[in-house]
Amino acid sequence: MDSSRRTFLKIAGVAAVTGWGARPVLDSFASSGGHGEAVEPEAKKTGEALIGKHWGMVVDTTQIESIDDLEPIFEACHKLHNVPVLKNKRHRIMWIWEDEYEHVFPGQESPYMVERLHKTPLPVLCNHCENPPCVRACPTKATFKRESDGIVMMDFHRCIGCRFCMAACPFGARSFNFRDPRPFIEEINREFPTRMKGVVEKCNFCAERLAVGKMPACVEASNGILTFGDLGDPESEVRELLREHFTIRRKQELGTEPSVYYIV
Amino acid sequence: MLELALKGSKKYWGLVGFLAAIVGVAALTWLYQLQFGLGITGMSRDVSWGFYIAQFTFLVGVAAGGVMVVLPYYLHDYKAFGRVTILGEFLAVAALVMCLLFIFVDLGQPMRMLNVLFYPTPNSVLFWDMIVLNGYLFLNIVVGWNVLEAERSGAHYPKWLKPFIYISIPWAVSIHTVTAFLYAGLPGRHFWLTAILAPRFLASAFASGPALLILLCLIIRKFTKFDPGREQIQSLAKIVTYAIILNVFFFLCEVFTSFYSNIPGHMHPITYLFAGLHGHGAYVPWMWTSISLMIAGIVLLIIPACRRNESVLAVACAAVFFGAWIDKGMGMISGGFVPNPLEHVNEYIPTPPELMISLGVWAAGFLVLTVLYKIATSVKEEAEGYVSTP
Ligand code: SF4
Ligand code: SF4
Ligand code: SF4
Repeated sequence: MDSSRRTFLKIAGVAAVTGWGARPVLDSFASSGGHGEAVEPEAKKTGEALIGKHWGMVVDTTQIESIDDLEPIFEACHKLHNVPVLKNKRHRIMWIWEDEYEHVFPGQESPYMVERLHKTPLPVLCNHCENPPCVRACPTKATFKRESDGIVMMDFHRCIGCRFCMAACPFGARSFNFRDPRPFIEEINREFPTRMKGVVEKCNFCAERLAVGKMPACVEASNGILTFGDLGDPESEVRELLREHFTIRRKQELGTEPSVYYIV
Repeated sequence: MLELALKGSKKYWGLVGFLAAIVGVAALTWLYQLQFGLGITGMSRDVSWGFYIAQFTFLVGVAAGGVMVVLPYYLHDYKAFGRVTILGEFLAVAALVMCLLFIFVDLGQPMRMLNVLFYPTPNSVLFWDMIVLNGYLFLNIVVGWNVLEAERSGAHYPKWLKPFIYISIPWAVSIHTVTAFLYAGLPGRHFWLTAILAPRFLASAFASGPALLILLCLIIRKFTKFDPGREQIQSLAKIVTYAIILNVFFFLCEVFTSFYSNIPGHMHPITYLFAGLHGHGAYVPWMWTSISLMIAGIVLLIIPACRRNESVLAVACAAVFFGAWIDKGMGMISGGFVPNPLEHVNEYIPTPPELMISLGVWAAGFLVLTVLYKIATSVKEEAEGYVSTP
């Protein structure tokens, strides 16, 4: 059962495109208001799913005025993905959250930095690294990189909760369910699985939405702060942005090759 | 031979009962953890490994340290250690039992533990660690048991055992090297990301393992008719001396590189542990105690008159053991996780249930050790002509 679910996760995108097999299963994942209207120019769309060679994200920090611009982004993700709200700081689960420049890019701050960056809260999430140390560390392949599009995914049903991946991730992108999260989910979204205690979780680049032709929830809620697209396609919007703006990535020196870029 | 474990004095049964009681209480606490989740511990999103994994790491060292009596005997034909190799092997068995239990209680989904076997993943160091630890456990049980059994019947141990004995020597080094690689290969964890971590682990292992063995030898001499021997204890003491000096030396190398290079990421964890960072310094007194104990141990061990006096030697070994325990069983893990990858300082303080479970695992290990040592000493007593003590 574990392995069938996993195989499903891996091939979901592909199967959806080729138009057979996965459709009925995908329906159980699809968002309720599923009109599939999110048509993005850069994504080659076949059937229903958005297909990319290497999904990536560009964060335009120049558009962020205050935390109020980011709250809807976090809420969209956490509501959709049944992320619990835990009072105990130690047990907190976060897929996307904010921090200051000096914490997002430690070692790159300077005392006389451009004023704006001192104050702007920046969103942080899993970088879907091209060389993900979390995947290297995982002893069960419960964390794996989907080769078709580079998304670093989790199989919640295989994870043994050893937390090696958390020690390995240099970005603090992973959370562990220190207790049963279900009582702390304000409103359960039945179209996305809830998790049990004792497993790790993180941002999945909205793989379940891409599979039905939708952009990630955070991107839709971001008012243009976040742009998502195929880094493998030179014509894509993200590549366009990267060509035109100076961008940085988190801890580039570690060689994990993050797929999330920041325009600063 | 197992029957020897069932014929013991009141004191023996008292100790067994006492340890079993602790294990019982800890088992109940673990059931509570199983029901609630790891949230009953002090671990957090930022410090995602805590006391359990730290004890595991320290005990891998104790297990590897047992080889320090096996190696001189079999490779250098140092006959004197023949009397005590079994003690080293059985100590390794008990330590490994604790290691595996600590891994087990640390898992969020322990029932899925076998997924590591169902989906073998050679790129994960944890996968290899599992192999070397279980392999070493197997080797020590097989070798220890058969050598002891041969000794009991007054024969030489069977020939087929030889390869196992030789393999077990590099294998001991491998268990602690692989355990160090769990940490030393993680990008962004500056405290661990150092090539000297494995050598440092081995040095502290070869100090704390034999130090514990000396203490155990002294206890055995006191409570049984078997005397592990003065020469044996003195030779072990020299091993402890060299190893603990190396351990402190390796640590100082680390301090030099971090602070002379002045790279913030490398300095932060050490500063956090030894001076506190951003107002957080729970480990400061512990770390200084650790350094003081290790240095006191070195001084006592270096002075020949002190080392030769077995009461002083016992104090020195206790100092080395606890110094190394704080260093590895507390500081090593916290230093790796604090500050966190986003350079925030969120401290980790173990909780009472977490400590109870840890104590229970230690008790389980010492229970195994007590039973195994009872068997070993009874065989030795018989061999030396004493009748089994009632
Ligand atoms: S950010 Fe962390 S969790 Fe995400 S892929 Fe990279 S290493 Fe893995
Ligand atoms: S906690 Fe789960 S996902 Fe992370 S390394 Fe362990 S098994 Fe893999
Ligand atoms: S991409 Fe999806 S899962 Fe990741 S942060 Fe955005 S909404 Fe959450």
